[in-house]
Amino acid sequence: MRVELHRRYHLSASHRLHSDAYTLEQNRAVFGKCNNPYGHGHNYVIEVAMSGPVDPATGMMTNLADLDAFANKELIAHFDHQNLNTLADFQTLVPSTENLCIVVFGIFAQYPHARLERIRIEETGNNSFEYSGPAAP
Amino acid sequence: MVLLTRKADFSASHFYWNDAWSPEENQRVFGKCANRNGHGHNYTLEVTVAGEIDPTSGFVVDLKQLKDILEQEVISVYDHRHLNYEVPEFKSAIPTTENIAIAIWRRLDGKIPNAKLHRVRVYEMPDLFADCYGVGK
Repeated sequence: MRVELHRRYHLSASHRLHSDAYTLEQNRAVFGKCNNPYGHGHNYVIEVAMSGPVDPATGMMTNLADLDAFANKELIAHFDHQNLNTLADFQTLVPSTENLCIVVFGIFAQYPHARLERIRIEETGNNSFEYSGPAAP
Repeated sequence: MVLLTRKADFSASHFYWNDAWSPEENQRVFGKCANRNGHGHNYTLEVTVAGEIDPTSGFVVDLKQLKDILEQEVISVYDHRHLNYEVPEFKSAIPTTENIAIAIWRRLDGKIPNAKLHRVRVYEMPDLFADCYGVGK
């Protein structure tokens, strides 16, 4: 039996795409308006895909109250209404949504009650990114 | 091989309760979902089938036929019903989103001519959905 449970979380944050490895001109050329020095923001949708056996006693793969509490403590509390560039995770990492996927994957990989399959993040209604973890060696 | 997805909606009521547990234990595990008077959702069902394109019709499956199968096997049984009391599979399983996806897989598997059931996705609400990719033996 293969079942996945998907939960979507919402967070609003600002960011600026900028790499110290580029000159000012290169940053503007590569990142365009995303390089605006004062940053800009998005309403991100974080979609978490979990897998695992369904407990016959509860009908649940994992109790949503547990997953929501974990998401609030480990994700929302740290990222919502923040400037991503100021967070420890992005001191040496450009806060692109690709990199945000990898960081968020690392957070939910620690969830103890189900197996993380995938993180999908909608940066806007037209842009979304998915990360399923590092490729098998 | 091409994947084709058809959506359908149903509205139903349910509650979560395990008869083997005390009322206090049900309340602790299921929270407000344990209210015995039930509550309801507008569910969205997405059924994805996999198959080859018929060279004459250009179809994987006849969409009208697929719509009729979903109506007959699922919607006519689930829509505007109390899942716990009126749908037989939930006499012995709690009607969580996970179990609804599994039950719909069992209802549809093998019923779709010329195509293989690939995924059953059930949205309880836009931010919560479960996928079933098969139930094994």
